[in-house]
Amino acid sequence: MPNLIKHYKKVLLLALPLALSACDDDDTREVIVEVEVPAPEPTPVDVSYEVTVVNLTNGQPVSPPAIVLHADGNLWAVGQVPSVELERIAEEGSSESFLTLGLASAGGDGPITPGDQQTISVTIEDITDAKLTIAAMLGNTNDAFTGINAWDLSQLAVGDSWTTTRPAYDAGTEKNTESAATVPGPAASGEGFNPTRDDSGFISMHPGVVSFDDGLSTSALTVEHKFDNPVIRIQITRTE
Amino acid sequence: MKRINILSAAAMLALSSQQSLAADISVEIQNLTHGLYFTPIAAVVHTPDASLFEVGEAASTELQMMAEGGSIDGITTLATAAGADMIANPAGGLLAPTMSASGDVMTTDGNLMLSVVAMILPSNDGFVGLDNWEIPTEAGTYTVLLNAYDAGTEANDELRGSGEPGMPGMPVPPPLDPLLGTGGSGVAGADTNATVHIHRGNIGDDSMADGTSDVNNAVHRWLNPVAKVTVTVR
Repeated sequence: MPNLIKHYKKVLLLALPLALSACDDDDTREVIVEVEVPAPEPTPVDVSYEVTVVNLTNGQPVSPPAIVLHADGNLWAVGQVPSVELERIAEEGSSESFLTLGLASAGGDGPITPGDQQTISVTIEDITDAKLTIAAMLGNTNDAFTGINAWDLSQLAVGDSWTTTRPAYDAGTEKNTESAATVPGPAASGEGFNPTRDDSGFISMHPGVVSFDDGLSTSALTVEHKFDNPVIRIQITRTE
Repeated sequence: MKRINILSAAAMLALSSQQSLAADISVEIQNLTHGLYFTPIAAVVHTPDASLFEVGEAASTELQMMAEGGSIDGITTLATAAGADMIANPAGGLLAPTMSASGDVMTTDGNLMLSVVAMILPSNDGFVGLDNWEIPTEAGTYTVLLNAYDAGTEANDELRGSGEPGMPGMPVPPPLDPLLGTGGSGVAGADTNATVHIHRGNIGDDSMADGTSDVNNAVHRWLNPVAKVTVTVR
């Protein structure tokens, strides 16, 4: 339709000088003016998702989840060296810098306690094939986190939902001492982010917490904080 | 006469390709764990009636050799005898935590199932396993997550020892040596399940000098899954 409008305008401008020359006026020059009429800007279409995260653990608060929509590639993956942005989530539960990594993002509103759930909405304009990445810390650990890596959203039409469960990962940036000084969650209130990396250096599956009760004498954790996979359930719904 | 031969050959080819098409595949195995090593990996493509292990059944001596000591010699002999195609030891030794190894294989007609085994260290007779996974015929990339199994052939005392089948203790190759303790008294209790079963996990302790286990409980425990297999069918 925009093309037709442009064509019509061009014909009108061509016709005008021709009409003038028909009056036999020698001073009149024929000037052909082409005016590009810009096609009307399409109104951006919001593509929105609701992500619900359920905490399946017995005693691990899940930090406010970071929901990031991005182009191809990984924001984290098992076997990769974690970014500092991911390290901040895994060691401290702080998602501010991680949320800047994609095209659109949304952060959770406070931690999700065991058995509780939270729904977070995220909107991106026009893009229906973004990748979805989620990351959130298991608070009563050194550097355990959970989430999903680069899930392809092009599979979801408006109204579609997808549900899955996710395991615990280890950021590999901090040794799993479980000590009171190093676990930031309510079980110990120890240190959060520390830029020193003293563990494997690679993201892996998490081996689970040992706890004092189960034989780690330096641990501030009890059997209450143990977990098994999966640790969260997520439901993703495309709402528009 | 010649024409008839060509026609019948074509018909036979069409028939056989329908039933059991040879496939060009690659198999990548990633160690997903935080602190476990995998011994040389055996990825075997075999007929549906063959099997490397079955949960709830006693391990073969060949599987025992792999699960207790990391040797895939027995598995290789089994695979050869069964006319299987095999990717043997793609990592060229131990596969460290979070690392990957891959190999390519052109499968023989009729070999439709993929099985993968490798011992996990430190353990007495733990192994990562994939049992008779049907290889898809459609080209594409497929992933399977694997659990850790116990071969049920040796008590999990978690002490330094032998990798010989039937001998107690865990084999300790060089990369594991500085990571394990010594002088443990032995994790109590015999295995009550003598068949292949899901591994209960390492118990470990936090002492490098004594305690019950030579395994480090903050490093060598795990939660399933422990490995990811990515199969690409071309």
